[in-house]
Amino acid sequence: MLGIEDKYVLAAYLLCIGSAALCVIYGAINWNRGEEPVEPDDVRWAEEEKKVEEEL
Amino acid sequence: MLAQTLGPLEIIIVVVYLLAIAYLGWLGFRRTKTASDYLVAGRKTHPFVMALSYGATFISTSAIVGFGGVAGMFGMSLLWLTFLNIFVGIFIAFVFLGGPTRRMGHHLDAHTFPELLGRRYRSKFIQMFAGLVIFLFIPLYSAAVLIGGCAFIAQQFGIHYNVALLVFSVIIAAYVVVGGLKGVMYTDALQGSIMFIGMIVLLIYTYVLVGGVTGGHEKLAALGADQPNLFSKIGFQGWAAMPAFGFGDAEGAADPKSYYDLWWIVISTITLGVGIGVLAQPQLVVRFMTVRSRKELNRAVLVGGVFILIMTGVAFTVGSLSNVYFMETETVTGTLLREADGKVIVKRQRNINAAKDPDNPDVVALPARLLYLDVNGDETADVHLIASAPGKLQAIMPKAVITPTGYQVGDTVTVQPRASAYMRALVPRGKDTVECMTSRIIPTYIGSAMPKWFGLVFLLTLLAAAMSTLSSQFHALGTAIGRDVFEQATGRREASIGVTRIGILVGIVIAVLISYMNPGGGFIIARATAIFFGLCASAFLPAFLGGLLFRRVTKAGAIASMIVGFLVTAFWLLLVKDAEAAALGLVFKVTGGKPSILADHATWHVVDPIIVALPASLIVMIVVSLLTKPPAAEHVERCFGRKK
Repeated sequence: MLGIEDKYVLAAYLLCIGSAALCVIYGAINWNRGEEPVEPDDVRWAEEEKKVEEEL
Repeated sequence: MLAQTLGPLEIIIVVVYLLAIAYLGWLGFRRTKTASDYLVAGRKTHPFVMALSYGATFISTSAIVGFGGVAGMFGMSLLWLTFLNIFVGIFIAFVFLGGPTRRMGHHLDAHTFPELLGRRYRSKFIQMFAGLVIFLFIPLYSAAVLIGGCAFIAQQFGIHYNVALLVFSVIIAAYVVVGGLKGVMYTDALQGSIMFIGMIVLLIYTYVLVGGVTGGHEKLAALGADQPNLFSKIGFQGWAAMPAFGFGDAEGAADPKSYYDLWWIVISTITLGVGIGVLAQPQLVVRFMTVRSRKELNRAVLVGGVFILIMTGVAFTVGSLSNVYFMETETVTGTLLREADGKVIVKRQRNINAAKDPDNPDVVALPARLLYLDVNGDETADVHLIASAPGKLQAIMPKAVITPTGYQVGDTVTVQPRASAYMRALVPRGKDTVECMTSRIIPTYIGSAMPKWFGLVFLLTLLAAAMSTLSSQFHALGTAIGRDVFEQATGRREASIGVTRIGILVGIVIAVLISYMNPGGGFIIARATAIFFGLCASAFLPAFLGGLLFRRVTKAGAIASMIVGFLVTAFWLLLVKDAEAAALGLVFKVTGGKPSILADHATWHVVDPIIVALPASLIVMIVVSLLTKPPAAEHVERCFGRKK
């Protein structure tokens, strides 16, 4: 298959494509899921992070 | 010389690109387009921007030139690393770790990876220890990135490696100073897009060149059967096949003690060391904290999976397939400037099919007839070599064809080298000596097989890959020494900013020095990357995952795990794993001249520390946590949020 005889190399080749496909499918299915409200912790964190970045 | 090989158009394109990057960095500076700005403003980051930015940080010249070159040397078995890059580095990381990291980071107000660990376990020691390890070892990884970029620049423009290093370091330093450290999302995303396009073109062009997907693979497999190869003693079985697998003495093999070495190099060091280590990479972990919600992570999985496939998958496939091109297609035409008997250094201190050099026993070298050809008309030689005694030196270029047959010095000759990629990746080393450099395989292939304009596209690809990774590394390095070590030790917040800046400067200088001393011989890029990734995995991964996902893991458990992971890795690198131990030198004093305390036993001396250190670190964490009092309930609640 695909000109690769060694089954472990072929497995790696196909697993690379398969796992990328898994990522695409997962991402597509969950495209609109996982919305989270911004909590006070998040805002405080972001403000502190901005300060850290600016100091640099 | 640079201006000679580069036309005005090419210089303009590079300058325009650098200006565009600088402009985007400046925009980010002015209009504050960092991830946390989005978060403060309560706005969303575009998923493509988030994923490309993460991908550009993740993938560097080390992966493309360094590991791509290793694939050129050892073949497609390296695709196992691509699989782990996608499945572990993207899927598992984004789906299972991204959300918890973000939540815990925000709950604890942690801004660096060591700070996250330190606050989760309420331990200054953990934060400082992690900060120190990162500060001390990240320059090794930065050097790997620099060497990868310089190897390409040197090859592409025919300049000396040290000149390339100087130019490259100045560009990187300027980029970092101009504000690249802020991790401006759009700059990284632009870099990611350039990398993506460059690699797609490389893949398509290569498959067309070698006769299609199936055809190319078939040719590659057929070439591998053409034994003996330089690496057949250590288990190489062809570029489209896995190396021989086993542990201990291989009965019936020409060299029973070494026959399984290559499998362990490819799988334990390259695949597992890097493939798993990515989960505890400080500069990548902090990226998860900058997203607004799980939704962005979900969306980024889609883009990230494809991006990594196109980066490392293409680099490793093209690296392997370059052997087909070099063996079957490549011809080199130029003026023969000189012909001389010399030698080619093929590998330092590894048990392969070549004899030790009598003048320098640390080096394995083959005698060769060297042809000095001027290809581009600048009257300086690009070296090509030919075996002096066909039949004896199958590993070099026994089938080379030179036309016309009665050539003389000064004639224009056409050479069809018909050699492996490794044998074509040469760098001059003194008079009539050349060295095979793994890091030159991808640059040599692109210089020889691809059209000239692509060299430029690829240069931009590599600059992009290097800049985005280096800036995040230096960011991690600076905050590690400033915020995590100095500030924790002294409590002086203001002064820590200065320490951070000095730390970054010191880090850059150390990385450049390491690159200066290791111009890409052997597979230094892959090894240096693997050491850093492996160290992160063994020292940090159990404490990070345990702290993130399990309430029961205690401060004592985490400290014990980190120390054991670090010490076992250090012990293994100093005394057991021969390549690293020999480079560090201590082992010779302990053993009286052997490169490993297990040098007399088969296989052990090529096993990567991660195989021993990670399980040890994990077990210690579990056992010590179970033996110590659980963390206080209110602190656990603060870390994880209220139980639902």
